[in-house]
Amino acid sequence: MIVGTQKPFPEIWEMVQGFKRVLVFGCNTCVAICHAGGGKEAEILATMLRMKAAEEGVAIEVKDLAVQRHCEPEYFDQVIEEVRGYDLVLSAACGVGVNFLTQRIGNVPVYPAINTSFYGAVPKAGVFVELCAGCGNCVLHLTGGICPIARCSKSLMNGPCGGTDKGKCEVSKDIDCAWYLIVERMKELGTLAKLSEIQPPRNWATARDGGPKRIVLEHIAEEEAAEVKK
Amino acid sequence: MTTMKSGSNLERVIASGQPAVTGELGPPMSADPAEVVHKAHVLKGFCDAANITDCQTAIVRISSVAAAVIAQREGLEPVMQMTCRDRNRIAMQADLLGAAALGVKNCLCIAGDHQSFGKAGKLNGHPGAKNVYDVDTTQLVGILKKMRDEGLQQGGDKLQVAPKFHIGASWTPLGDPLDFRPVNLKKKVDAGADFIQTQGIYDVELFRSQMKKAADLGCFERTAMLAGIIVPKSAMMLKYMDSSVSGITVPPALIARMAKAKEAAGDDKKKMKELQEAEGIKIAIELIKQVLDIPGVKGVHVMAIEWESALEPIVKGAGLYPRPTFADA
Repeated sequence: MIVGTQKPFPEIWEMVQGFKRVLVFGCNTCVAICHAGGGKEAEILATMLRMKAAEEGVAIEVKDLAVQRHCEPEYFDQVIEEVRGYDLVLSAACGVGVNFLTQRIGNVPVYPAINTSFYGAVPKAGVFVELCAGCGNCVLHLTGGICPIARCSKSLMNGPCGGTDKGKCEVSKDIDCAWYLIVERMKELGTLAKLSEIQPPRNWATARDGGPKRIVLEHIAEEEAAEVKK
Repeated sequence: MTTMKSGSNLERVIASGQPAVTGELGPPMSADPAEVVHKAHVLKGFCDAANITDCQTAIVRISSVAAAVIAQREGLEPVMQMTCRDRNRIAMQADLLGAAALGVKNCLCIAGDHQSFGKAGKLNGHPGAKNVYDVDTTQLVGILKKMRDEGLQQGGDKLQVAPKFHIGASWTPLGDPLDFRPVNLKKKVDAGADFIQTQGIYDVELFRSQMKKAADLGCFERTAMLAGIIVPKSAMMLKYMDSSVSGITVPPALIARMAKAKEAAGDDKKKMKELQEAEGIKIAIELIKQVLDIPGVKGVHVMAIEWESALEPIVKGAGLYPRPTFADA
């Protein structure tokens, strides 16, 4: 899932300055799980903004709303007219949601209420960890299912650097050394010998370095187009 | 005589079978070359080549390419370090061609300290910098080899004239995960490393056992191992390295020995420093003698950090002076 954290309130307050009607728009999928931008968080944020406005004597109307998902049109198409009725949409969705709504909303600005952090998992309640970098060229079969791109601070491909200490990364004792984990895991699986092979320089064009990406599934896109024609 | 890959002095010393000595020169946070010139003069004659560090601890300093050329002009052969932290493969290869064009013949490939290291003590560094790591150390070694031996860039384009580097890589033999470190070394050797410099060694016995494992993997038929010696300055420094520097363990007996030297000075601060430095030089000399005795070790890389003048008494004390010279050089 996509993990995010709410922006500091002063930054959000600064963003809404000069707007009269603001909608805090939550997304009930990924960012709701990480308690950053779901319907509940949108409601709390809207309340905080109203309280702050009252305290500062600022005339501003703040409402909240949430839909199941901001990355597929069918979820917000139902409420798009309502959303268009505001001066500002403060989106509590991830960056994907902010961008996508911007493309469809027309002449209303969409600002981010959260910082989108990473693709991660929830090992236990309240804890979120980054596990994938979305690099577009997966190597997990070579590294025991542990990603060196996302989880090594230097994205090293051929083994640990000299900074590993007692299984921790040189950047922080709170970060596990991915290569320590990879070696231990592959020992366990009996596949350590695989790590002797040199991984050549990567083709990063599949990652962000290749420019924005687009994937088209021809058969589905064509069917859809035919449907519309009918 | 074997055919030289680069013809560097360091390569010639190693090929001659005599123990090689490399030193280290850290460029300053300054646009003034004077400090590089000064350090080059202090080191010259006491090592076969000196590493020119590449923005060590992620602090902006005179670039290793430029400082290497300054050192070379002063008669000190440089081992230009190149980290994977700050450049992508385009910038790396461009700098390698530039350095070769300016006469640099040794290059040491390293991952580089993470940019978060820059913020330490009184320094701000650039912890918010974007790191690159387009390629890692092993891959960079391979790029250098491909450029030198095939005359090709990593992408496959032909070079009109290939850069003839003596290719080095770093190794942390006593780092975690310990049993993978020899494999890690073998990958760098397979990629084309002609010589290896290690992280500082204090635990000689553990290093010996790691060297044995690396030897069993066939590492030393193709590469020359230069064992790293960090010259200790004080008991505090030894304790700090033991507890906080990755891949370094200091036997308690060594720390105790240094503490004893400190105690002998009583309350005299100046004497405290002198006695500990003298002990540090002695320790370095003993370590050098011990590591040179280990099969596969072809020399030492002496790191007297911000204490370049220590190299002379160490090299002399270890019986490694004068350094070899070659009639046609």
